[in-house]
Amino acid sequence: MSLRRYVLRRTLLTLPILLGVSALTFGLVKLLPGTPVDYVLQFQEATPELRASLRAQYHLDEPIWRQYLLWLSDVLRLDFGERVVSDRSVSAAIAERLPETLVLGSISFLIALLVGIPTGVVAAVRRGTLLDEGSRVVALAGIATPNFWLGLLLILVFGVHLNVVPVIPPVAPLLAPESLAFLVLPAITLGTASAALFTRLTRSAVTEQLRKEYVRAARAKGLPERTVIVKHVLRNSLISVVTVAAVQVAFLVDGAVVVERVFSWPGLGRLLVRAILQRDFPVVQAVVLLVATAVVVANLLADIVYAWLDPRITY
Amino acid sequence: MSRNPLDGRGRLRVRGFGGDADSATDDTGTTTATTAQRARAWDRFRRDRAARAGLVIIVVMALLAVFARPVEIGGVVVQPIALAPYDPAASGVAPAYRPPSLAHPFGTDWAGRDVFSRVLYGGRYSLSIGVIAVSLALVVGVPLGAVAGYVGGWVDETIMRLVDVLYAFPFLVLAIALVAVFGQGFWKLVGALVAVGWIGYARLIRGEVLSVVERDYVLAARALGAGDRRILARHVVPNAIAPVVVQATLNVGTVVLSAAALGFLGLGLQPGTAEWGSMLSAGRDTLVGGEWWVTVFPGLAIFLFVLSINLVGDGVRDALDPDTDSGTYRTREAR
Repeated sequence: MSLRRYVLRRTLLTLPILLGVSALTFGLVKLLPGTPVDYVLQFQEATPELRASLRAQYHLDEPIWRQYLLWLSDVLRLDFGERVVSDRSVSAAIAERLPETLVLGSISFLIALLVGIPTGVVAAVRRGTLLDEGSRVVALAGIATPNFWLGLLLILVFGVHLNVVPVIPPVAPLLAPESLAFLVLPAITLGTASAALFTRLTRSAVTEQLRKEYVRAARAKGLPERTVIVKHVLRNSLISVVTVAAVQVAFLVDGAVVVERVFSWPGLGRLLVRAILQRDFPVVQAVVLLVATAVVVANLLADIVYAWLDPRITY
Repeated sequence: MSRNPLDGRGRLRVRGFGGDADSATDDTGTTTATTAQRARAWDRFRRDRAARAGLVIIVVMALLAVFARPVEIGGVVVQPIALAPYDPAASGVAPAYRPPSLAHPFGTDWAGRDVFSRVLYGGRYSLSIGVIAVSLALVVGVPLGAVAGYVGGWVDETIMRLVDVLYAFPFLVLAIALVAVFGQGFWKLVGALVAVGWIGYARLIRGEVLSVVERDYVLAARALGAGDRRILARHVVPNAIAPVVVQATLNVGTVVLSAAALGFLGLGLQPGTAEWGSMLSAGRDTLVGGEWWVTVFPGLAIFLFVLSINLVGDGVRDALDPDTDSGTYRTREAR
């Protein structure tokens, strides 16, 4: 099978998954106690006429499968309805918050890669040394630290005691220097666990590669060790690291939900938590669906990149 | 290299188990790890200093949690000892926001509650949520995954497509959504964590089962006339379970972290519960006011517990899978 056919087949395979994801997201809200109209009304008194008109507006008198299809056709046009707590559309709220989360996530991801991969390589090359052991301990600690606690500790040290960073988000455009300076602590908080995972992953991938024949051959022909590591070993190790990197999306989203709350960063995660506390379920539905779709797409891309990088893969 | 990048859910995913050399010899009835194998594994585990330290910390924390306050079952006091000097729920035992002192080693919080007592007592929530949620997820995931792998066909398709769909949702986001729909409280929280947790075990054991059913001893058992149920329960699952055990051990840490994160967001147990995560939900406000002890001590408890679980999990893996060099992960640390 050619790569093109693999990509096509793999892409088609995600469609039923996305359909399942949408059905689950739709069904979840149907499990809420009370009727949807109560949630739209925020459980306030209303005349029967108003209730009836709301039922009609939300197609609640239709059979459930038709409700799902109507909802799905709206969703495909990126229409998630209106917010319960305000008259604004859900899509507008998400469009406003999405860039904030994307910027935070990207910086964290970059930090995780830039810290994790070199540390992992050094740990593998200097196996069994104090450096290796040290990186292991730090990585284990990084994985075990609750991100909200880490964020709070960073605020305590750098925001309160040293007073070098502001503790509330600045009122400034997203990419303004003030905003980026503020983002340093949240990004470190969010990136720490990922960096630890990348360290461990890179270390095991590099260790595995170092045992291979071609490494001995490269050394035997007199290549400097540095060239052997950087040009040969690292390249082959990164295949597995890069593809797993794409899958960090879900991990980062989970982290962002918490970290955005810690730092009052107005992103999607904070929108989600607030929507839940306000029982604003159209928003919850939209955010969950968006996130799950992003994960499915990231997985798809990871598989494609993997197949493209490693021609030996059978597909 | 076959890959399921979503396996692991932020934990270490293990591959390379199966014990070809060890377990293929037993054809007398059960093919569980032999006593000698178990003894060797235990021996390896005991020699792992980090894992031993982790185990000690976990045991100490569990004992502190159990003996923090008396335990009463149906009006009968079964455990009378109270290590915690104050009732963790009692407010006003001292003025609010007192820094650590001899009377209150970890200080007091906004309601004048003793943080030391709350941290000791809070272990009850985190530890029990971690253990119960992981056990229940195993009870759901292992049979479903094993049957899917063993039976194949439409059963396999149905179960694994459901797993695929659930895998699209990030762990915490799905747990949050479930708690939002079904409400707060201990068992609802556990239920949400089980609902998102079982899929990992189902996937893992299905893969192992697929490789184990090809082994000679399974064919032999079938040739001897053993039924499917017996083959699956006595021969296949025991030989496929080792990586699941490792994964489950490590997942206790993940689950405790997730439960604490939900508590921090105010979505886990009822607000005000002496749960470690919930105790941090006042968060930044107390820091800016200089009351660092309210944040530092409960978080330290979570950190210590999760770190210890991970050390033990590493030890269990190394003990069950001696081929791997110590410190090397023949794993996929996916997410």
